[in-house]
Amino acid sequence: MPLLLSAGSPTVDAVMLEARAAGFAKRSIKNEAKLAAIDLAIRCIDLTTLEGRDSPGRVRSLCAKAAFPAPGAPRVAAVCVYPNLVAVAKDALRGTGVKVASVATAFPSGLSSLDVKLRDTEAALESGADEIDMVIDRGAFLAGDEQHVFDEISAVKKLCGPIHLKAILETGELGSYDATRRASDLALEAGADVIKTSTGKIGTSATLPTALVMAEALRDFAHRTGERRGLKVAGGVRNTKTAIAYLVLIDETLGGDWLTPDLFRIGASALLDDLLLQREKLATGRYGSLDYIAKD
Amino acid sequence: MALAYAPSLETTPVRIAPKYDHFIGGKWVPSAGGATFATVNPATEEELAQVAVGTAEDVDRAVAAARKAYEKYWRPMRPADRAKYVYRIARAITERSRELAVLETKDGGKPIKESRDFDVVQAAAHFFYYAGWADKLRYALHGTIDPEPVGVVGSIIPWNFPLLMAAWKIAPALACGNTIVLKPAETTPLTALLLAEICEEADLPPGVVNVVTGDGRTGAALVAHPDVDKIAFTGSTEVGKIIQKTIAGTRKRVTLELGGKAANIVFADAPLDQAIEGVVNGIYFNQGHVCCAGSRLLVQESVHDEVVAKLKARIETLRLGDPLDKNTDIGAINSAAQHAKIGELVESGVAEGAVLHQQSCALPERGWFHRASFFTGVAQSHRIAREEIFGPVLSIMTFRTADEAIEKANNTPYGLSAGVWTDKGAKSMYVAQRLQAGVVWCSTFNQFDPSSPFGGYRESGFGREGGVAGLRPYLRG
Repeated sequence: MPLLLSAGSPTVDAVMLEARAAGFAKRSIKNEAKLAAIDLAIRCIDLTTLEGRDSPGRVRSLCAKAAFPAPGAPRVAAVCVYPNLVAVAKDALRGTGVKVASVATAFPSGLSSLDVKLRDTEAALESGADEIDMVIDRGAFLAGDEQHVFDEISAVKKLCGPIHLKAILETGELGSYDATRRASDLALEAGADVIKTSTGKIGTSATLPTALVMAEALRDFAHRTGERRGLKVAGGVRNTKTAIAYLVLIDETLGGDWLTPDLFRIGASALLDDLLLQREKLATGRYGSLDYIAKD
Repeated sequence: MALAYAPSLETTPVRIAPKYDHFIGGKWVPSAGGATFATVNPATEEELAQVAVGTAEDVDRAVAAARKAYEKYWRPMRPADRAKYVYRIARAITERSRELAVLETKDGGKPIKESRDFDVVQAAAHFFYYAGWADKLRYALHGTIDPEPVGVVGSIIPWNFPLLMAAWKIAPALACGNTIVLKPAETTPLTALLLAEICEEADLPPGVVNVVTGDGRTGAALVAHPDVDKIAFTGSTEVGKIIQKTIAGTRKRVTLELGGKAANIVFADAPLDQAIEGVVNGIYFNQGHVCCAGSRLLVQESVHDEVVAKLKARIETLRLGDPLDKNTDIGAINSAAQHAKIGELVESGVAEGAVLHQQSCALPERGWFHRASFFTGVAQSHRIAREEIFGPVLSIMTFRTADEAIEKANNTPYGLSAGVWTDKGAKSMYVAQRLQAGVVWCSTFNQFDPSSPFGGYRESGFGREGGVAGLRPYLRG
């Protein structure tokens, strides 16, 4: 493990962290600023389907929406699927500019041998995944075996090479903001290109305070190394208001340079529909109906 | 690409009359002298209304009305019935909260975000809290009989939290069975007058709450009035001293909540990003027009540079401008006089050799504004380290050990508040116990609740407001 990590990570105090995070949600983004924020949020979405019943038809349908969400609306950043469906998504998205992200490493628990995790990742890469969303081993992390967590991320990153690696910390299982900060530092030092809050498979997904802790880790990492890495919030971002609060968080913590799909992503499914609805409202002055938004 | 924040103005309409009279004995009465003065919106420098100048005669009428109401209605009333009135005021504040917030922001310059989410909310909470005490006063003191009220209270309040300070005075006074004459600050009388209107609509017996507007002379007449039983003052240490001299040898009781020069102590082991939030809140909340502002930052030498770098970055995200914009963090300085005073002290800091850092934003063309500022390289001897600036200006000094931090923190005539930031509970307690300040916030700052007492040590005053302790100054026995 690098020397920096053996020195420990900064601690986090919940009271003022949560107070600061609440401040982001209070920003009032209206009119043309809101329209710009909505389009930015759409461009940052990883449109996700991660269900046991995902089928090629379902994935193709989602891909169509990812590429053309609505007339005039920008395309999303990526479609996120299980490894088995990467080839289908890749085929459906050819030429659209939308990337294919695949979860891997025994998603969502991550409780498997490193061999299996690497093979899982390899399969996704062979099918053409542009990005890999791996899960960290929370069991090892909570048992205090940070070296194990670090080594696994390093190994997966080595396999990925230039392919973007997102490390899912599953912060809802880590138990504290201190642990979230520590896991963020571990993942960044181990080579993750993006740190991601959650799998979306447990009760507690992304929250503003958690994202703030991770953004602070990214800011400090950039300060230390000169290198910008990304953040992905996943799960629980279901409406425009929440999505905009995250954009404000990024803007005021990391700066406007981070507000691009390269450095910020929102993993979501239902969010896109609300963004489109709000977009329509701003354009026409009337609230539309979800009946007019294509379901996929 | 940076995220744009389009203007997002609070548009709730609020009716402002061209001219306001005093509220005495349940009626709106013009000044005996007929004179008025202008109250101005500090963000636009435009006049909002003309307000009556309270003369000694006006004060006398108000005190007489308060005395009559005390004897005739308020003191004989069943405590549970008094509680109903106080609850009614609390509910009315909640119902008219947005209107009060807009008026507070227009008259005083504070961001709508603060008047909406702090001032008005806390004001209502104070009335709710003390309403609950009205019929339980025997449990407030260590007796078994109901304690007696003090009588007629004369209250003078400042311009930094106009509505909230009115609430801090009126709520406990009424709950304990006293009547009150309130003199709001010269630059911010409008929300106190709206509160008087609320009292009127709540059908409060005439004379229980009286509002006499005016300047220092009006306040002086109230303090000197022989039929006032108790003075409750929040304001400058300078005026507090005058009040004490004036009432020496009289039967009057007094509580004083005065100035401060609070130390916010940041240890190297503190969660620094959160400490920065506390520092920012401590000094830039309400443009630093806060008596308990954390205006001195004592930072452990080993993390000084890191803290300064983080603070420098953080103040760039503060949005300065139209106080009615929901995204504004730093509003207008309350008055031209205060603006000049802040400017003069900042100049003294530069002249004495400290290094000034400011946010880089542009200032609005009209109105009195001051950028979020802090000084590094400050010595204990500098004026900016000793005098209360009452503006968005922080003085940063360093320390090496906990005992040195305590010594420096206590090296001031004031003692209203302090902050301690460390990851270690025992250290936090060690320092807190040794700080001579009425309130010490550990790993947070500017936390208020009606149930928590607030008040000063030394030249920051005496007496407590809030909580059970806040009842005592309004009760005999």
